Amino acid sequence: MTMNFQDALVLARPEVFLAGATLFLLVYGAFRGEKGMSEVSIGASLALFTAAAFAAIGPDGAAFSGGFIANSATRFAKVAVYLISPVAILLGDRWLGRVDNKRFEFPILILLAAIGMGMMVSAGDLISLYIGIELQSLALYVLAAFRRDDAKASEAGLKYFVLGALSSGLLLYGASLIYGFAGSTHFDVIAQSIQHGTTGTGVLFGLVFLMCGLAFKVSAAPFHMWTPDVYEGAPTPIVAFFAAAPKLAAMVLFARVLSEAFGSAIDQWRQIIVITAFLSVAIGAFGGLAQSNIKRLLGYSSIANIGYALIGLSAGTAEGMQAVLVFMVLYMIDVTGFFACLGALSRDGKSMESLSDFAGLARLRPGLALVLTALSFSVMGLPPFSGFWAKLFVFKAAIASGQWILAAVVLLGSVVAAFYYLRLIKTMWFDPAPGQTDTPPVEAKGVAFAAALFCFPLVLPAMAWLEPMARTAAVSFGLK
Amino acid sequence: MDLQAIAFYLLAAITVASGLLVITARNPVHSVLFLILAFFTAAGLFVMLGAEFLAMLLVVVYVGAVAVLFLFVVMMLDVDFSQLREGFSRYLPIGMVVGGVLAIEMILVATTVANRGAASLNAAPANPDAALPNAEAIGRVLYTDYVYFFQAAGLVLLVAMIGAIVLTLRHRPGVRRQNIGNQVARTPESGMEIVQIKSGEGLSE
Repeated sequence: MTMNFQDALVLARPEVFLAGATLFLLVYGAFRGEKGMSEVSIGASLALFTAAAFAAIGPDGAAFSGGFIANSATRFAKVAVYLISPVAILLGDRWLGRVDNKRFEFPILILLAAIGMGMMVSAGDLISLYIGIELQSLALYVLAAFRRDDAKASEAGLKYFVLGALSSGLLLYGASLIYGFAGSTHFDVIAQSIQHGTTGTGVLFGLVFLMCGLAFKVSAAPFHMWTPDVYEGAPTPIVAFFAAAPKLAAMVLFARVLSEAFGSAIDQWRQIIVITAFLSVAIGAFGGLAQSNIKRLLGYSSIANIGYALIGLSAGTAEGMQAVLVFMVLYMIDVTGFFACLGALSRDGKSMESLSDFAGLARLRPGLALVLTALSFSVMGLPPFSGFWAKLFVFKAAIASGQWILAAVVLLGSVVAAFYYLRLIKTMWFDPAPGQTDTPPVEAKGVAFAAALFCFPLVLPAMAWLEPMARTAAVSFGLK
Repeated sequence: MDLQAIAFYLLAAITVASGLLVITARNPVHSVLFLILAFFTAAGLFVMLGAEFLAMLLVVVYVGAVAVLFLFVVMMLDVDFSQLREGFSRYLPIGMVVGGVLAIEMILVATTVANRGAASLNAAPANPDAALPNAEAIGRVLYTDYVYFFQAAGLVLLVAMIGAIVLTLRHRPGVRRQNIGNQVARTPESGMEIVQIKSGEGLSE
């Protein structure tokens, strides 16, 4: 790669800027102590907005000997990730203040996770893929256990860490096999050697392990078992963070590895993705039926939704990639709204987590009940809510690539999953309330209302520019 | 059989044997000691490959720091290892099946490597200039071609450090800490009390 260092830095400007801002805020926070948390949070949010702006206007190209790639897909994903992360900072900052656990490391860790996600979507090499994933995951493990005095949160953090380490092991084993058989860690060189047929089946062997590791990170079945436990145990605003942006980043990385490094082995990886997608939709839909804890329910819902996104990926076309990008962005906004509602609702100082707590919410908090209803309809996939458009794209991509069975699975999964959302709606609107709820905090309510407004009606004008942007981004994956 | 082959088979056999003993030893302290032995012999294998720098790194970092830390943790934590081992026989059959499948797959891959030559077909040599010492060859690529990975790995370590502090640092009240300012400001008047004692009575508190 002949690119000089200045150009390389310009290409990686969002991440370089974020890293500098993180170090500055870290030192500032260390001197100011707990009093400085709000200032660090504001600074971190501003840094993320600036990075989103840098990412949006940045040039295309590859830097650092191919380890870092910038194109329309990375731009799309980075802007989405850097704009949704400040929401998590807002929710978490106020919440930690209320539970008297203010520590300035919280926004710092979100920033570091965001850098990791930026690296993931820009990865052009197995090494940057791994380092990006580790940077993001390590920050998330710590965030999951951030309330160290809470036994459940510590358990969630430990579980997440141990299973995450296992998946990293699988991923590294796969990466080492791919390196051994293809002779390089660069995606483009791997793609070349597969095309020339010098790699044999060994590289596919490595690919399977790599895909297992990545499936773990996006919580696709059969590597989903950590999701409900971690969602249940970790603090709600933090779950709001890691149910949204990291999933998008991991999905984009998944798509990039498969399309750029293994584009010519599409017939092989497609089978695996199809099975994973099918299992995810089935386990997500049926597993959710038995849940009474709403956070666990959302965990299963996220498994099912990752399944839908994987169906888009399995199409192996530019249309499929577009479906993945649109789906993940719309889902990300839905799920943030859902968890903001959960963060807003509490009774006698205890957060409402079981389904029966939501009884009669429509009379106690009609606004939030309406928001939850709208978001439920959206995740169910009812028109004209945003979830419908998301699923429509996946459905179209699956049909266009001739995968009728998977398209049918989308419909069946949605129907089964509709049961638990309808049960929630019924509980809220028709059951008697057990008692008053506390006054919801302003910021969580605000985020919830904003998400609901987006899922209808703002989604309609938003789709007008989201759709062409996702299409340009999808083309850069290099699939037809 | 020449000397090099003898040295290789000796080191390789010790590495594999101590690796097995790490997971089978009853006493966890013994496990860690076998781990150290495995690291040492692996370092020996690196030396035989001509990678002296990596060998020294293995000894300094893994033996000197990581394994000794393990040893401390194992010795200081009050973990009931016999209880942990109870599940061993219960999970043995399924573990054997999974392990067996993995072993067969590895053998298949290894034979493919032997037949096709794998990466030797298209990989660039790790050290293009034989006259260059190991450490210098690594340094030349580490801070040029791999500078991005190097810096990013630094950020990963930063997360680990912040994480350790977030999860374990507690500010306990009433802890006596050294305050150098106070120590320096101490005078004979503030640090000493002169008491007149009558002979034969002693001093009571």
